Amino acid sequence: MSYEDIKKPENIVYQRPALLNGNHMHYCPGCSHGVVHKLIAEIVEEMGLQDKTIGIAPVGCAVFAYNYVDIDWIEAAHGRAPAVATAVKRLNPDRMVFTYQGDGDLAAIGTGETIHAANRGENIAIIFINNGIYGMTGGQMSPTTLEGMKTSTSPYGRRIDLNGYPLPITNLLVGLDGTCYVTRQSVHTAAAVRKTKAAIKQAFKNAMEGRGTSVVEVVSTCNSGWKMTPVQANDWMVEHMFKKYPIGDLKNTVNPAPAAHAKGVETHPKQ
Amino acid sequence: MPKVIGAVDINIERCKGCDLCVAACPADVLLLQPKEVNDRGYHFAYTANPDKCIGCAACALVCPDACITVYRKKID
Repeated sequence: MSYEDIKKPENIVYQRPALLNGNHMHYCPGCSHGVVHKLIAEIVEEMGLQDKTIGIAPVGCAVFAYNYVDIDWIEAAHGRAPAVATAVKRLNPDRMVFTYQGDGDLAAIGTGETIHAANRGENIAIIFINNGIYGMTGGQMSPTTLEGMKTSTSPYGRRIDLNGYPLPITNLLVGLDGTCYVTRQSVHTAAAVRKTKAAIKQAFKNAMEGRGTSVVEVVSTCNSGWKMTPVQANDWMVEHMFKKYPIGDLKNTVNPAPAAHAKGVETHPKQ
Repeated sequence: MPKVIGAVDINIERCKGCDLCVAACPADVLLLQPKEVNDRGYHFAYTANPDKCIGCAACALVCPDACITVYRKKID
């Protein structure tokens, strides 16, 4: 069988989502942002929400997100994406509103907005890209930078006595009554990408159904900022980032224990 | 036992040569071009061993620039 026989439209199992427009992404080669943009485009397309989705872009590398995903976007001031999303969702309750923020935006200058929006239980989805560094401005230390991690403003590694502890802000949001779904995922392998897609889909569903604030943290790499190749950066993330930011659901009040339910189904053998 | 064969199409002008698809491929199908570059100067990915492809789409899932299309066909 020749390859021309296989390369037919009916045999396609994966292709570029239609909602990603033709612009070349400005992200560095291997950046996790591209994968998450792709997932958002796929999910919005699958849920049929293209005309109903409003994304709130942050300040940071993802500031140009409006250039790539063909939905409505608003560019918020630095850290203020959850506040802008609050207004948009309250004025347009039938729309799916999500914010897309990095750790410098969500966990540093926007800590107050994030915590209060989550505490009010705004019906929005928050996608949090945590790579432990300020990527856009040249790799400075961020609140989520790991202990001992070298950045351009901590060239000898982050010191706890000088800079404090890394901030696991997603864990703080678990304790708030306003959040309905808090999870931490990553996009370093195909399996992880599939799980992240399911998590973002769940978050978007919760936002549409008005169940409260959903937070999806994506532990990511910044290979340029970390001074590594993309493959090395993924390995480094698995080895170091996952210790401080372990992957998994932290809170899920919508589907309390999907894993237990699936297990229950398996334990009943087919007759 | 049906056999599954796959094929991938890579948009080489969009590829940034990040190597993530090469690392993700379980069948060692993909490699980066050692010398050739695209218009943007990146060593793009190509199918070095196209016969081995199983159409699992792992490469396309991890591709940050969404430049891979995956095909899969069952042969009885």
